[in-house]
Amino acid sequence: MQRTLFDKIWDNHVVIKSNQILKHNDDGPSLIYIDRHLLHEVTSPQAFEGIRQNNRFVRRSDLTIATADHNVPTNDRSLPIIDEVSKTQLETLSKNCKEFGITLFDIDSPNQGIVHVIGPELGFTLPGTTIACGDSHTSTHGAFGAFAFGIGTSEVEHVLVTQCIWIRKPESFLINIEGTRRNRHTITAKDIILNIIRKIGVGGGNGSVIEYRGNTISELSIEQRMTICNMSIEAGARAGLIAPDNNTFNYLRGRKYSPKDAELNDMIEYWRNNLKSDPNAKFHKSININVDSLAPQVTWGTNPSMVVDVTENVPFPDEFAKGNGNEEKVAIRALEYMDIKPGTPITEIMIDRVFIGSCTNSRLEDLVEAALVIKGRKVSPNVRAMVVPGSQQVKKEAEKIGLDQIFKEAGFEWRESGCSMCLGMNPDILSVGERCASTSNRNFEGRQGFKGRTHLVSPVMAAASAIAGHFVDVREWL
Amino acid sequence: MSENGYEKFLDMKAFKKVRSQLIPLDIANVDTDQIIPKQFLKLVQKSGYGNYLFYDWRFNPDGSLKNVFVLNNPKYAGREVLLVRENFGCGSSREHAVWALFDYGFKVILGPSFADIFYNNCFKTGVLPIILRRNDIEHLFNNSENFVEIDLMEQRVNVNERSIRFQIDPMRKKMLLEGLDEIGFTLQFGVHIARYEKQKGKGII
Repeated sequence: MQRTLFDKIWDNHVVIKSNQILKHNDDGPSLIYIDRHLLHEVTSPQAFEGIRQNNRFVRRSDLTIATADHNVPTNDRSLPIIDEVSKTQLETLSKNCKEFGITLFDIDSPNQGIVHVIGPELGFTLPGTTIACGDSHTSTHGAFGAFAFGIGTSEVEHVLVTQCIWIRKPESFLINIEGTRRNRHTITAKDIILNIIRKIGVGGGNGSVIEYRGNTISELSIEQRMTICNMSIEAGARAGLIAPDNNTFNYLRGRKYSPKDAELNDMIEYWRNNLKSDPNAKFHKSININVDSLAPQVTWGTNPSMVVDVTENVPFPDEFAKGNGNEEKVAIRALEYMDIKPGTPITEIMIDRVFIGSCTNSRLEDLVEAALVIKGRKVSPNVRAMVVPGSQQVKKEAEKIGLDQIFKEAGFEWRESGCSMCLGMNPDILSVGERCASTSNRNFEGRQGFKGRTHLVSPVMAAASAIAGHFVDVREWL
Repeated sequence: MSENGYEKFLDMKAFKKVRSQLIPLDIANVDTDQIIPKQFLKLVQKSGYGNYLFYDWRFNPDGSLKNVFVLNNPKYAGREVLLVRENFGCGSSREHAVWALFDYGFKVILGPSFADIFYNNCFKTGVLPIILRRNDIEHLFNNSENFVEIDLMEQRVNVNERSIRFQIDPMRKKMLLEGLDEIGFTLQFGVHIARYEKQKGKGII
């Protein structure tokens, strides 16, 4: 039988099917083995508490790593944490990891960083594996050809105790991306995925795992593929998936946890031969995307499907909704929240803040590309701009090649690693009414701060907007 | 019940028939950031989130109620069934969203579609999310003052003269009806898990 890449990974991880147990005909969920489990401070405390209350234990602490990322401050790490509640949560994570023997990359570790940045960076993320984490952006790791998905806290506890999870097999959704971007610096992976969400909507991927392929995907670096898979969840997909290739295998060499030497070569041989969809494998649905004429994308509303080209105007609600009354209501509400009028050219929208960071766009390449725009220029006096590297390793690498100097000379704040203003659990937040060009993944109401207004863009678009003080078409700059 | 409220969920009560009027939340794509804003994710317990449910939609910055928001309409007080639009619960995986809905008093959520992670999370706390066809949801939005009866055993939503059958995984149904602890259930299959691990050996795949 012809199988998809997802079918193959799934089949390799089924421990038992619920219909074998309950003797019914419905497919039902299967008990799936989890090869890699990532933890952070926000969604794990109640899980550990549950384990303690029931006198249970962690089954495979060797397959689990943790880091502190969501509410760590990104200013000087030698200063004490002022927010007592955040501090308690970080201390709780340390205590729990110690008690249950789990490796923790805490706030002082040279490997600390956003959980979805450090997993790949450490070689913990490997092709063909199943990866779970109490965070929806776990889909990021799908860029390696892993089935990686976000779970809730009860499921975190379940994985800690059993190393498994009950899950009904999602459907397969193929997105084939072809074409040649006019400029690889200005038309980025972020623009590709925003454009996809614009086309399929925020619920377009519900109940499915999206496999991305096509010549455009093959040409993307691993870091760029992570940006695409990361935002699969913004289309509602359970996970994103890209078959591993030489780019993937080369990325894995020499990383802390990835297999070494002969063992790695054997695995690469296996991955190369097995981790791809069969030529006639059936998908539940599929679409084609062409990037030949793709322009930089900018969101105007309060969900990631509210996207237009930088050269366009903010749409009218009926134009956006295309006859769907509920979507039209959402769009009216969004315009009011964002305080922008339909018909406004995107390039006339003035901004107050710029955030370059998050598990979507905080890796070395993102910073290198943004620096190309910034070099020799100054941030607009009306804008406060910050760069938050995804991890301590990214920060170190960036500093080695002088990116910190470029950003700082331009007037950017150069910060310590963490989730930061993507969700504003730490002190990095927007003030009421502030408008931000952000490289993160969610423009929801209040996401970056109460009554803050978020426009999602690529790192180069964010950088150019910081300089200009309003959105600009970065193609005119690079 | 312990201080941090954990046992409330562990000894999840068996799901009984629910009979209630509806609270209609007529907004599509409601994300979990709205259901429970991030500042309330710093707590390390599972209970007490009801006060923070839809915080920015319910309260003004000075803590006073926003009268325009549906949950603040006194006529809806005490209702146990939330009626929603497409893709409810999208975005962040935070289970705190379900803890807040449960703590506020919701036992059932009726909608045309739910985001996957949110849908899964509901069952862990004993909140029943039910997917109905669009025209049934429309009918309910037009009749939110009527009492609906939710019968999980029979998989039916009864309202007026309509009796609408809904789908649910048999396993999830069993868990809810019997109030089972899922981890305890899975641990019964420890032998299968150990066998899988042994077959896999040192290899990753």
